[in-house]
Amino acid sequence: MNLKRIVFAAVMIAALVLGAAAAPLRIAVIMPSATTDMAFSQSMWSALLTVQKEMGGASAVELKYTDNMFKVPDAAAAIRDYASQGFDIIIAHGSQYGSSVQDIAPDFPKTTFAWGTDVNTFGLKNVYAYTASAEQGGFINGVVAAKLSKSKKIGVTGPIEVGDAKTYIDGFIQGVLSVDKTIAVSKTWTGSFSDVALMTAAAKTHIANGADVLTGSSQSVVGSIGAAKENGKVLWFGTQADQASLSPALVVASQVYDWTAMLREIIAAHKANTFGGKTYVLTLANGGLKIAFNSGYALPAAAKKAADDAIAAIKKGTITVQP
Amino acid sequence: MSTGTGQAVQKESRSPRFDWSRLLLNAILPFAGVVAALAIAGIFLALLKTDPLGAYLTLIDGALGSTFGITQTLVKATPLLLVGLGICIAFRANVINIGAEGQIIMGALAGAAIPLSLPDLPGLILIPAACLGGFLAGGIWGFIPGILKARLRVNEILSTIMMNAIALQFMNFLLQGPLMDPENVKRGTFLAQSARLPQQVWLPRLVPQTLLHAGLILAIVLAVLVYVFLWRTTIGYQIRAVGLSPEASRYSGIDVGRNVALSMALAGGFAGLAGVIEVIGVQHRLMEGLTSGYGFTGIVAALLGGLHPLGLLPASAFFGGLLVGADKMQRAVQIPSSLVTAILGMIVLVVSGAGIWARTWAARRLAGRRREEEERA
Amino acid sequence: MKGVLHIGVLTGILNSMIALATPFLYAAIGETFAQTAGVVNLGVDGIMLLAGFAAFFVTLTTGNLWLGLLAAALVGLLMGLIMSLVSVTLKAEQGVSGIGLYMFGLGMSSLLFKVLVGTVKTVEGFRPVDIPLLSAIPFFGQILFHNSVLVYGAFLLVPLAWVVLEKTTLGLKLKAVGQNPAAADSLGISVVGIRYLAVCLGAVLAGIAGASLSISLLNLFQDDLTAGQGFIAVALVYFGGWSPFGVLAGALLFSVVNSIQLWMQVLGVNLPASVAVMLPYALTILALMISANRARQPAALNKPFDRSEN
Repeated sequence: MNLKRIVFAAVMIAALVLGAAAAPLRIAVIMPSATTDMAFSQSMWSALLTVQKEMGGASAVELKYTDNMFKVPDAAAAIRDYASQGFDIIIAHGSQYGSSVQDIAPDFPKTTFAWGTDVNTFGLKNVYAYTASAEQGGFINGVVAAKLSKSKKIGVTGPIEVGDAKTYIDGFIQGVLSVDKTIAVSKTWTGSFSDVALMTAAAKTHIANGADVLTGSSQSVVGSIGAAKENGKVLWFGTQADQASLSPALVVASQVYDWTAMLREIIAAHKANTFGGKTYVLTLANGGLKIAFNSGYALPAAAKKAADDAIAAIKKGTITVQP
Repeated sequence: MSTGTGQAVQKESRSPRFDWSRLLLNAILPFAGVVAALAIAGIFLALLKTDPLGAYLTLIDGALGSTFGITQTLVKATPLLLVGLGICIAFRANVINIGAEGQIIMGALAGAAIPLSLPDLPGLILIPAACLGGFLAGGIWGFIPGILKARLRVNEILSTIMMNAIALQFMNFLLQGPLMDPENVKRGTFLAQSARLPQQVWLPRLVPQTLLHAGLILAIVLAVLVYVFLWRTTIGYQIRAVGLSPEASRYSGIDVGRNVALSMALAGGFAGLAGVIEVIGVQHRLMEGLTSGYGFTGIVAALLGGLHPLGLLPASAFFGGLLVGADKMQRAVQIPSSLVTAILGMIVLVVSGAGIWARTWAARRLAGRRREEEERA
Repeated sequence: MKGVLHIGVLTGILNSMIALATPFLYAAIGETFAQTAGVVNLGVDGIMLLAGFAAFFVTLTTGNLWLGLLAAALVGLLMGLIMSLVSVTLKAEQGVSGIGLYMFGLGMSSLLFKVLVGTVKTVEGFRPVDIPLLSAIPFFGQILFHNSVLVYGAFLLVPLAWVVLEKTTLGLKLKAVGQNPAAADSLGISVVGIRYLAVCLGAVLAGIAGASLSISLLNLFQDDLTAGQGFIAVALVYFGGWSPFGVLAGALLFSVVNSIQLWMQVLGVNLPASVAVMLPYALTILALMISANRARQPAALNKPFDRSEN
């Protein structure tokens, strides 16, 4: 791990030096929700901003984004437009964009396309796929949630049963049951990634049914957190980004996606004329996934220990979480 | 005296088809409506501290400033044209079809199901089969509210809106279940999309590296055919008669109810065809959001085209450009494309409100002409 | 299905039903006034959206819920005036102008939301208020008397609207204008004036309906917050036979279906979400079909009034 890091640092420094004289690298990203969604889209956007700063700012890396593209045909047009404008790397950040990437990438063989969360590169030489083993962080969250629930009822508000939403929630439930099999976990699916109102209604129903801990995935969890806030006593576990700021008193922990290592690799590869052909997976072990505990919430020591033990076990491989 | 009567007869038989002033009015009014709407929207933009001129220039550049832009304009114009044709027919029978969104969906579903279930047939069979299937499915979806209006006097605006919602949920149900791409199911990603359609059913692309496809040609041909249908056939005449005066039509033996249902079925059919063409021409699979709001934008295009099939040709191109430009505006200067929806709404308000001037003006002219005849005679 | 018949669940379902019915009640009763006077306003959904955003935004920036409510009412009034101008004075085709108003409201609310707010946020909305004594009644107490003020307002509106329509001169005028505008005109009633009043009243109520969503029921705003509820509200007027109590029955029926669908998922009953969501719409079409109330439809509904034609 350390050797790899040194090598890439060296490559990056070389790229920086060369890049200072060359034209800026042009990266475009298409996202299904706002860059400030405190979840999926924000995780990628903040990673891109971090990498841009590392590499020397806007003169070295030109960043453009198109957000709120939850309709695939619109996203496809955006991807194709960026490609025809000559962008070097195009990131289609949404599992619904795969078919668009599959259609467009062959027309632009010198452009790097990266998309996720998924594992399929379609056998194309200029496509990367990326995903996160969200079930791992889900497991950790589930362990802590089980320790904290007093009513023994936990509610899960999911968007659509696909991709990392599904794996996160499956992992979460395994985590809960590994601590206490008597806890009742009920899950609902709103059928939409973006409909926050439906999330709110679902969350309220869980709370009315007696749940005192909630979790969920996607950019629409703002609704669930809002319902928890209105109740005032329901705790929240988040994923994809650190959601502590949404409710400093009630958010216990969030699984955070860190895409920066992957982005550095993709950029370096592009400069070396490799445009795709690999799949990246974020895990606890490789540092792509992190658990961010909310400092504003007083977590009992026993719960924290259970979490740390579980994290270590997953990294070592003693516990395997089924996606 | 005889000359006067002769002249009057000549004028009467010539006016309906070559009334240039009427044509001009039908063209100017919508145009004025668009300008007014753009001006009001510009004021809103200025209030939001965004430069309206810059925004509109980006809009124009997006639509016309690149090959991609121009082809995209035509790509979007195609479904608008098809949907608009259907709405034209319905409107001529005085039926307002708000159900195009749902009809597009049903048409796309049926049209795609055929190649998905029979992937080994050659394109020469699959393409017409898919188009026909889409037209029929959309037609049925339009026929239902049509017959409800004809026989039970159910308000067609409400019933079509309900049909839209049902169609949307039906599509979601299918895409999340039976029609889901088996590849996705196998890999465990469970994306709500169908499998890719077999390549032989994809419509040929007219310009490489763009999305412009042969569906455009089909749409233009159909526009001409609809014109012929409405003004040169008996059924077309009946439909227009029912729209102008149901009482008079009934009196002369025309079955009003049947023509109402027929016009809605045709409207649905064209919308369904638009759905299939989008799928086999552009997206090559079924996915959520495939309608892209064409069902509503098509209504505005039809209004702007003076409810005339040939007027729809420039109108749908104009709106195609507006939609493409709006996307560009959103990407380049971060002005949300919802601005265009608001502009469309304003256009509809202005054009529908200004309709009175057209009617009053036309009525006065007709009265004035009649007076002229009487004076001469 | 083990948990369904538990008393807590039943209470929950009925309480959700009451809350969900609130926006329908405001919008549909408002539309009843407009349609009684002969004008169909299909733009209700657009009014709910733009007014709902106004309420949310004002509450977000000022922290004052009542100011937000006022903002919603004002936006409703403004849109009502636009609709009246286009449909009554300019005698436009009411179905078309209504759709135009809807698209305007949808687009403007989305635009303003994205530019002024950006990402979905929650606000502190109207909290449930217990009515003393009554809310302690077992079972019914928590369902009926533990709601926000906007919910109470919606249900009080029903008998109030009935009184106005059946027992006041204004109600008589509204009906006269809707049934036979020529006769009303000859009696000295200002058809245009009454129609403006009816449409604007309906629009103000539609605005409050939007506020009930953004600052009471959901406490947030997002793109297309209403998801077509305004159109269902218009259909409820037909379903309810242009009577406030009929509208109430329709709204409750619609909402209980919605509420059951939410609870079924929570309790683990396997009903595909799309099928459940489809039910209310199919129900509405059925209702429109069997609606024997068409006999009570205002005779001049959807017909612009033109003195010179009479």
